[in-house]
Amino acid sequence: MKQLLLGDEAIALGAINAGLSGVYAYPGTPSTEITEFIQNNKVAQERGIHSRWCTNEKTAMEAALGMSYAGKRALVCMKHVGMNVCADAFVNSAITGVQGGLIVLAADDPSMHSSQNEQDSRFYGKFALIPVFEPSNQQEAYDMVASAFEMSEALKVPVLLRIVTRLAHSRAAVEVGELHAENALNPSTDQWVLLPGIARKKYVDLLGKQEAFQKASETSAYNKKETAANQKLGIIACGIAYNYVKENVGNNANILKVSQYPLPIEAIKQLAKENEEILVVEDGQPVVEEQVAGILGANYPIKGRLTGDLPRTGELTPDCVAKALGLPAGPAFNNAKNLAGRPPQLCQGCGHRDVYAALNEVLAEYPDYRVFGDIGCYTLGALPPFKALSSCVDMGASITMAKGAADAGLFPAVAIIGDSTFTHSGMTGLLDAVNDKSNITVVISDNLTTGMTGGQDSAGTNKFEAICLGLGVEPEHVRVVVPLPKNMPEITRILKEEIEYNGVSVIIPRRECIQTAARHARERQKAKEANK
Amino acid sequence: MKKDIILCGVGGQGILSIATIIGEAATEAGINLKQAEVHGMSQRGGDVQSNLRLSTENIYSDLIPQGGTDVVISMEPMEALRYLPYLAKTGTIVTSSKPFINIPNYPDEAALMAELDSMPSVVKLDIESVAKDAGNVRGANMVLLGMAAPFIEILTVEQLRKAISVIFARKGEAIVEANLRAFDAGVEASKK
Repeated sequence: MKQLLLGDEAIALGAINAGLSGVYAYPGTPSTEITEFIQNNKVAQERGIHSRWCTNEKTAMEAALGMSYAGKRALVCMKHVGMNVCADAFVNSAITGVQGGLIVLAADDPSMHSSQNEQDSRFYGKFALIPVFEPSNQQEAYDMVASAFEMSEALKVPVLLRIVTRLAHSRAAVEVGELHAENALNPSTDQWVLLPGIARKKYVDLLGKQEAFQKASETSAYNKKETAANQKLGIIACGIAYNYVKENVGNNANILKVSQYPLPIEAIKQLAKENEEILVVEDGQPVVEEQVAGILGANYPIKGRLTGDLPRTGELTPDCVAKALGLPAGPAFNNAKNLAGRPPQLCQGCGHRDVYAALNEVLAEYPDYRVFGDIGCYTLGALPPFKALSSCVDMGASITMAKGAADAGLFPAVAIIGDSTFTHSGMTGLLDAVNDKSNITVVISDNLTTGMTGGQDSAGTNKFEAICLGLGVEPEHVRVVVPLPKNMPEITRILKEEIEYNGVSVIIPRRECIQTAARHARERQKAKEANK
Repeated sequence: MKKDIILCGVGGQGILSIATIIGEAATEAGINLKQAEVHGMSQRGGDVQSNLRLSTENIYSDLIPQGGTDVVISMEPMEALRYLPYLAKTGTIVTSSKPFINIPNYPDEAALMAELDSMPSVVKLDIESVAKDAGNVRGANMVLLGMAAPFIEILTVEQLRKAISVIFARKGEAIVEANLRAFDAGVEASKK
């Protein structure tokens, strides 16, 4: 049966049908819809497949590894930068090995549609020495989940599934297969204790598996070669890049489609032998281009992102690939003259707006103030009309950067962080600040949800005062306000008092996200009508 | 046969519902489809677009090449202009004529309309007024779909109508009827 599915949904359904027992994830564009699909899926609900959001990617990765240890199939999903958060657990999971199948799904965001960098997760796969699958379309995304689980269990290794935004958020018809049973509980009897003596042995085991990974890649049905007559250019097309190549050349090219790693070295050597030059087309960073240079040597002509034949940054398009293939651009209109940028902005009526209005008013009195921002809707406070932020680096960095700047003597050092980001990675930094009695003012702008990604549950809801007190913030310096225009005098007074306090203070402006508030109102209305 | 469509507007204007309906109609008709959507940050009042590709042949790229779009369907006139480089020389723009101004540097409206009118094939309409007249103030996006329907060609107006019934069925008969009225008003307006 065919179903119209987003790439993310194809992965989710593929996992359910392959006998998934748990998905572990923290919301992050463009990976969020995978977990949401599983949460809303009837079979997953009936089976009791774990799908509750985790506090961050590291807790997700570790919980999934625990489920794998117990013998069941687990999936961890995250956006690319989440890989940095879970890297410790991820890299070591390759060394412990797995019991039940374990897939780590990384959704990369070339062009940074909703991200702060365009790091390529295939580097992580190579770094951890594990197989990587990279689907070229929604059907492969569905099929590869089952293949990856099978490979994971056969070779006792986690498998990285790498997608990009354009596949995650694009819909196509997918032929859906049968539903399979979950694995039975079957805990590992092997020791997963990475003490040096054991880890050294296990690391050698992992290295010993590389030949099997290589062989799997050379013979994989996902890596296939297409040959045309009278062509001198060999094209290596990775993952979704295959589509842009095919869009332009149809069947008139020599193509090696690569959707499974480690790279099929023999196939690449053969392609090089049959052609005079190689073009590497890959979405993300030039991971493959660099390796192919190593495989073919410095004298073989290789083109790609490093040589400027394709742009060094940004996602691939059919147009930039056409140019790299030397195809002429078709007729097109020029850019319009009467056009202005329309950047995203905080919703009208959003509580974050009131927080920034108050902050800007109070801080105007201090010439040397800095506000260190964090990741979420409220990062938009950096843009006009507020222009309130000096930094936004990674989840949790607001508090720790404010602390470091305060250590250096900067005053006032203010951190602004959302509720979900605070529990994701802000709590440990706050403990550092408390222990150092740093002179910082922390604003936890609590909208009771994970707003930016569409309003998922936030792990710390109703617990923030308790968390701050538990970490040692003095009770008189944990202040809660309601961010509404009518409360502006109270909010600015409290902000000023706490900025003037020489130590750690936490202000919690709390008002529900207007998007989730509207959704909850609709749900209540629906429930009311149903009860009539 | 193929039809490449760009749906565009401002985050929150309901372009994804239009995409869902065309997707349903295409699936029902057995036509291949790829639909690239925008999720995440840009949905917050920023410009949003969806590339919708329909074909009786295999579709490779999720994105439409420059100069390849048959129909630009836009909930907002300036947003229609944003995708000019993607419009085919023979393509059509179907757009709301009413600006949505949430930025301080919105272009001069007269100049903007003149540039739109200078395009070879443009259909524009105050879709909100038409929706209101059709008794469905929230149906502007269905009016727009109705206006665009005759240009989609690979799907018939009837197939799109049926898809509206299917998609809105779970919301009840009244909602289905209201959306069909808005859609029909759009189809009529586009004939003028």
